[in-house]
Amino acid sequence: MSVFASSATGEPRRGARTARVIRELLMRPRSAFGLIVIVLMVGAAVFAPWLMPHDPFEQSFDGLSLVGAPLPPGGEFPLGTDLLGRDLASRLILGTRTSLIIGVLANGIAILLGAGVGITAGYFGGWIGAILMRFTDLMMAFPALLLAIVLAAIFQPSLLIVALVIAMVNWVQMARVIYTETRSLAQHDFIQVQRALGAGHLRILFAHLLPHLLSSIVVFGTLGISTTVLLEATLSFLGVGVQPPMPSWGNIIFENQTYFTTAPWLVFFPGAAIVLLALGFNLVGDALRDILDPTLKGRH
Amino acid sequence: MQAYLVRRLLESALILIGITLVTFILLYLVPADPARQIAGRSATAETVQNIRDQLGLNDPFFVQYWRYLTSLLQGDMGRSYLQRAEVSELIAARLPASLLLMVAAIVTELAFGLTIGIVAALRRNRPADHGLMIFSFVSISAPQFVIGILLLYVFAVKLNWFPIGGYGTFAHVVLPAVTLGFLGAGWYSRMMRSSMIDVLGQDFVRTAQAKGLGKARIILRHVIPNAILPIIAMIGIDIGLFMSGIVVVESVFGWPGIGQLAWQAIQRIDIPVIMGVTIVSATAIVLGNLLADFVAPLIDPRIKTK
Repeated sequence: MSVFASSATGEPRRGARTARVIRELLMRPRSAFGLIVIVLMVGAAVFAPWLMPHDPFEQSFDGLSLVGAPLPPGGEFPLGTDLLGRDLASRLILGTRTSLIIGVLANGIAILLGAGVGITAGYFGGWIGAILMRFTDLMMAFPALLLAIVLAAIFQPSLLIVALVIAMVNWVQMARVIYTETRSLAQHDFIQVQRALGAGHLRILFAHLLPHLLSSIVVFGTLGISTTVLLEATLSFLGVGVQPPMPSWGNIIFENQTYFTTAPWLVFFPGAAIVLLALGFNLVGDALRDILDPTLKGRH
Repeated sequence: MQAYLVRRLLESALILIGITLVTFILLYLVPADPARQIAGRSATAETVQNIRDQLGLNDPFFVQYWRYLTSLLQGDMGRSYLQRAEVSELIAARLPASLLLMVAAIVTELAFGLTIGIVAALRRNRPADHGLMIFSFVSISAPQFVIGILLLYVFAVKLNWFPIGGYGTFAHVVLPAVTLGFLGAGWYSRMMRSSMIDVLGQDFVRTAQAKGLGKARIILRHVIPNAILPIIAMIGIDIGLFMSGIVVVESVFGWPGIGQLAWQAIQRIDIPVIMGVTIVSATAIVLGNLLADFVAPLIDPRIKTK
């Protein structure tokens, strides 16, 4: 009967558990670094208006050399200017917002969709499960980026559309993980007992299955933000993601790529920003997997 | 095994048919009118209507889809709307370049990934291990276009070691292959590291040590071969990664493969070509997965085929 006790008392202690996980994350050098990167990036996104040294949209006259070339880093423009004479540092800071908004939004939709499909298919099984999982298999065999580009090219890209397109491509992984876990949980006695006691499907799903799936959702949700950030950057680099003049790290490189031989900072700084943010979420996600899944302890 | 094989083949065929349907629906929804594109701006409404009739674009959706599917099963992918050629010819002309790039990228990622994984496992929890694992995290966090442009800047523009793009000689293939292999190297190094650690902890290694075999011999003859096998079995799964990667990498390096063909077709909404490339890529991915499924139990009989 201990399972009843654990799922009943697990609730009020969630705050304490979260604190413990964060403490563990900070104790490991890699995930501590990742966490700091994420906090700094979120800070930059939230306080962007106060942090930007210049107007990110202003094509300033001083921002180009006498022959009309972008300025290198240093002086008035700390990271240099782009080909239209706009301050790169300001555009990068505002770009943090774009990346994080799309990262969180697209990934949120992907989690809802993926977890929803996974739980439904895993819990109900039968023909509903079969159809859902065959569809997931089908999506797995789709060349992901090709699908995203086609979708983005069909619809006029806006922030929401880009986020939706990315979510459409990224939910599959989550669905498979959650499906496998739900499938094995549903066989457990404590779920069978609940069913025998007459608990409704919704109650079993939310009160008894979901708490056990939370670790996986947190782990794959964190790793998923990294994938989302990279996919947004790639779509914007190809010109089918976030549209200029709204800055995104990917479209800054897209706009300036013809200048990369003479003005490499226009690729280097936004490129470094993308790698750093994706790295932050990868490091934290990987550590979370270690911390939340005790069966993996000692293998890494 | 036989029944499993047949079932997986059937499943794969169904998945591919499903993919043609989903892609067809998506491209059916594209707001652009292919007939107007073909006819050009100055064409009269009548001409456009004639083209629509010729292409069968006025037929109901399922009639169009059925026609596409039945000709596809006979090997006919239709004609490009914008280039005067069969889609299958366009793809066949571009496929060798993409396959060459793919093989080069697999060689690159295995060479880097396996070496890094082996060294990291042997130096477990020492500075070298930490450094290599940070490298592997960076490599899975870097978008391919950034890596590609940086490699071009350093090795083609500054150092002048490799050409800045194009196709033809061995020197041309190096930078695109490294760009594509970079991401995979990160994944393989992590998998190889944990596979090595698993094998190092097994009884037969201790037996070999007890027999008095030298450390180098144990690692080279016993540990590495056992640790590599499960990794090699996964190469098939990588094909999906490559199929996504080549769209970006081929356009950064001007590599004349199907990735660039796809990208050009998407920009100009050349629907039959987009369909064709998607189906070819999906077929490659499905075959890769099948290969992985069939190779894994051959390598490790403990993996049951059910």
